[in-house]
Amino acid sequence: MPAFNEEASVGGVVREVLEKLPGIHVLVVDDGSRDHTGVAAREAGALVATLPFNLGVGGAMRVGFIYAREGGYANVIQVDADGQHDPSGIPSLLDELNRADLVLGARFAGEGDYTVRGPRQWAMVVLGQILSRSSRTRLTDTTSGFRASGPRAVALFAEHYPAEYLGDTIEALVIASRSGLVIRQVPVSMRPRAGGVPSHNPFKAAAYLGRASMALLFAYVRPPSTYAVRSGS
Amino acid sequence: MTVTSYVFGVASAVIGLGVVVELLRRRHLRERHAIWWLIAGVLALIAGVFPTTLTWAASLIGITVPINLVFFVSIAILFFVCLQHSSELTALESKTRTLAERLAILELRLAQSDGASESESTTDE
Repeated sequence: MPAFNEEASVGGVVREVLEKLPGIHVLVVDDGSRDHTGVAAREAGALVATLPFNLGVGGAMRVGFIYAREGGYANVIQVDADGQHDPSGIPSLLDELNRADLVLGARFAGEGDYTVRGPRQWAMVVLGQILSRSSRTRLTDTTSGFRASGPRAVALFAEHYPAEYLGDTIEALVIASRSGLVIRQVPVSMRPRAGGVPSHNPFKAAAYLGRASMALLFAYVRPPSTYAVRSGS
Repeated sequence: MTVTSYVFGVASAVIGLGVVVELLRRRHLRERHAIWWLIAGVLALIAGVFPTTLTWAASLIGITVPINLVFFVSIAILFFVCLQHSSELTALESKTRTLAERLAILELRLAQSDGASESESTTDE
């Protein structure tokens, strides 16, 4: 669970996950927060890894994947610390992991009432179509941060989880599909974010589309050796 | 070309090259960072000592005013130096990121083993 300045919500999310899924281990990666995110998470019963400065979601996630690889955990589930992801969706993600290496919890696949409109939606549709084609499965919500990784994905991501903005969601999918991992999506319901409203500023949407296209383009043209997983580890 | 301008050109090139060599000698500059500056210094020295080589090289690639070749080569070298710095910066950022991640994991491990040994000692009592 990557967390950056989420002291208000992280404790509640950790408690909810531990309550709904007993036996699971929760690792909160405090991504250089300036508030008491780490303390709140620890009090709620999570393990807390603290980054010395903010690395972005990608850096926080790679800490999680490395910790999983070295601690012998088979599966990793990423949940946002802001309470947007409903932990009751985790069992369906885990179940789909039996048939796939990487499972996305998709917001628009029928369940829940989460909607996005305007240019941002078009961007997400285009991204979804391109990524669906390369991963040979139907993906509608490629920027979802609610995802489950199986053993092969954990081994890959522990070394190559991208740090760039949007890289953590889009490029990670390209890395996974180019490495031959099986990607699936399952519908999950999302809750409105505890704080903050999604932006509908057209300039921001355009910038988002531009950066997403860049991330996507370079993810595809990168030499395959960039994603090689060292064997024997 | 007057003698003064000739001496000025040669002296500038020698000083430039001398600074690069001195930095290298004292390990204030690594070889792979110095390579572009060395090339620039040597070229400036050649053009300074033998101005005809500049005229010859310019006419060879069809540049009418030889000084334009100087500007072109200078800008090209500065461009490559900037690009090399950006690339080095990216590599350094990536290393810093990896170090930060390792640090977070090691700290967590340390806290876990401290917690484990503490609970062990309390059960011993």
